[in-house]
Amino acid sequence: MTPFHFWTTAITIAVVLFVVLHVVAYMILVERKVSAWMQDRLGPNRVGPWGLLQPIVDGAKMFLKEDIIPSHVDKVFYILAPGVAAFTALVALAVVPFGPTDPSQPERYQFVIAPNIDIGILWTFSTGSMAVYGVILGGWSSNNKYSLLGSLRSSAQVISYEIPLGLSVLGVILYAGSLNLERIIDWQVQHGWNALYHPLAFLMFVTAAFAECNRLPFDLPECEQELVGGYHTEYSSIKFGLFFLGEYTHMITTSLLFAVLFCGGWHLPFGLTDGNEWYHTALKLVSILGKTAFFLFFYVWVRWTLPRFRFDQLMGIAWKLLIPLATVNLVVVMVLREYEAPLWALTAASVALFVGATAFAARQTTPPVIRRTGNIHGLPTRV
Amino acid sequence: MPIAEKDVKWVEPPKLGLFDYLYVPAVVTGLMTTARHMFQKPVTQQYPEQEPDLPPNYRGVHRLNRDEQGRVKCVACYMCATACPAHCIDIVAAPSPWPDREKYPETFVIDELRCIYCGMCEEACPVDAIELTSLYDLTGLSREEMIFDKEKLLSVYDQTKNSPKDPVRTSAGRLSVASEPPRETPKAS
Repeated sequence: MTPFHFWTTAITIAVVLFVVLHVVAYMILVERKVSAWMQDRLGPNRVGPWGLLQPIVDGAKMFLKEDIIPSHVDKVFYILAPGVAAFTALVALAVVPFGPTDPSQPERYQFVIAPNIDIGILWTFSTGSMAVYGVILGGWSSNNKYSLLGSLRSSAQVISYEIPLGLSVLGVILYAGSLNLERIIDWQVQHGWNALYHPLAFLMFVTAAFAECNRLPFDLPECEQELVGGYHTEYSSIKFGLFFLGEYTHMITTSLLFAVLFCGGWHLPFGLTDGNEWYHTALKLVSILGKTAFFLFFYVWVRWTLPRFRFDQLMGIAWKLLIPLATVNLVVVMVLREYEAPLWALTAASVALFVGATAFAARQTTPPVIRRTGNIHGLPTRV
Repeated sequence: MPIAEKDVKWVEPPKLGLFDYLYVPAVVTGLMTTARHMFQKPVTQQYPEQEPDLPPNYRGVHRLNRDEQGRVKCVACYMCATACPAHCIDIVAAPSPWPDREKYPETFVIDELRCIYCGMCEEACPVDAIELTSLYDLTGLSREEMIFDKEKLLSVYDQTKNSPKDPVRTSAGRLSVASEPPRETPKAS
C-alpha cells in the first residue's frame, strides 16, 4: 500500500489541474491553428506573437460575456449540467498516470494523483461516461427541441460506444492481470507495448474513444448543420466554457489512456528509460507527455480529415461492427491466453481477425447500383 | 426532346477490393493529404497590411472623368441614368457654359448604397465620362455620406487617375457629333 501524504497529493492535484486547464485552453488554439494550416490558411495570429495569447483572450471573453439564463429553462438542472460535465471529466483523471510510475517501489513519488488504485481503469471509464449526464441534463433542462435532440443523440452514442470501449481494453487487462494502470504500464515495460500485440483492440479503442469524446467523425450531438449548436445551444458565457472544458479534458484523459494502455506509458524502447536517475525521470515524463501530445494532435488531425457519419451509420458502426468484432477479439485473446500462446500469436490473430472480418463484411455488402450521368428527364432509370 | 441513346453515358462505381473495404488505408490516405496541406504555403492575404491584388476590370467606386482642361467630361445625356438598373444616378442638366457641347451636369449624384456596381453606366456613357475604379474600401458613417455628388466623384477621379489599375480609357475630351459615325478612339496606354 502506497503511503498517503496529504500535501503531496494536494500539490499534485493543484499542478495537474493547472496544467490540464491550460492545456485545454491551448488545445483550442491548436485546433484552430491546425485546422487553418490544413486548409492553407494562417489561423489566429493577431493576439500576441503567432496568436499565442489567443487562449487568454478567449478565456477572458468567456468570463466577461453576459451570462444569460433563459426564462423557460429548468434552473436547477440548467446550472448543474455544465458543472457535471466539467467535474466528471476532471475526476476521471485521478487514476491516470502522467509520468513515471513504478508499482514495485511504492515509497517513491508516483506521477498519479491517486497511486496504486486497483480499480484504476474502471474508475476512469465510469466517471468518464458520467459526463453524458452533463449533456443530457443540459439538453433536457434547456427546454429546446434542438438541445434535446442533441442530448438524446449523445446519450445513445455514448452508451453504445461504452461497450466496444470496455471490450477492447479487456484483452489488455487479461494479459496485465490488473486493472491498475501502473501495473499495465509495468507489464508493457517487461513485454513490449500493447499496441504491438493488440493492434485491432487499439484501433477499436481509439475509434470508440473518439465517439466517447463526441469528436469528429462522431460529433453528432453538436452537429451544427442539423441541430443549431446541439445540447449547449441555450448556454452562454462561462457555462458554455465549462462544457468545452469537459469535452477537451475528456480528450486529454483519453489521449493519456491511449499512451498508457497501448503505447507503453512512459516506456521508451532500447533501454532509454531503464533507470531511476533524475534524467531517466525527465525522459519518462517527456515520453508519456509526448505520446499524449501526439494523440491530442491526432484528434485534431482526424477532425479535419474525416467527414461526419450519418446517425444510422454511427449506430451501425457500434452495434454491427465494433461490438461483434470486439467480442470475437476478446474470445481469441482469451483462448490464446489460456493455452499460453507466444505473444506474436496475438498480433497475428489480431491482423487475421481484422482482415477476415473485412472480407466477411465485403461479401455481405450488396453489389453497387449502376447509375448514369447526363439528362435523365422522361426516362426510367435503370437500377 | 428525349435524349438520344448514344448521348447517355453509363457509369459504374469502381469495384471495391478487399483493400478498400479495410477502410483504414483510406483513412491513412486522407490523413496524409491533410498533413501535406499543413506544410503548403497559406493563401491568406493579410488584409489591412497587404492590399489585395484586384483584377483590372474590378468594379468599385465611380468616378467622373475630367477632360484635359480639367472640366467635367460629362455631357448630361442621361444615358447612364437610363441604363442604371438600380436607379441610383440622379442628374440635373443645364446649358453648357462651354462652346464644345450643349449641356453639362449641374448636379450629378450617385447613391453608392443603392448602386449594384454592375458597370452598365460605364458601358452606356458615349463620352467615357463615368467609370468604375478599383477603389473597394468604400465606407461611411451615415447614409448621407454615401451619396456622392459631382465634386466628390470628380475628386475620386483626381485620386485614381494615376493609379495603374484605373487608366483613363480615353485620351480626348472631344466629343463626336451624334450624326456622324463614331470616331476612332485612341487606345488606352
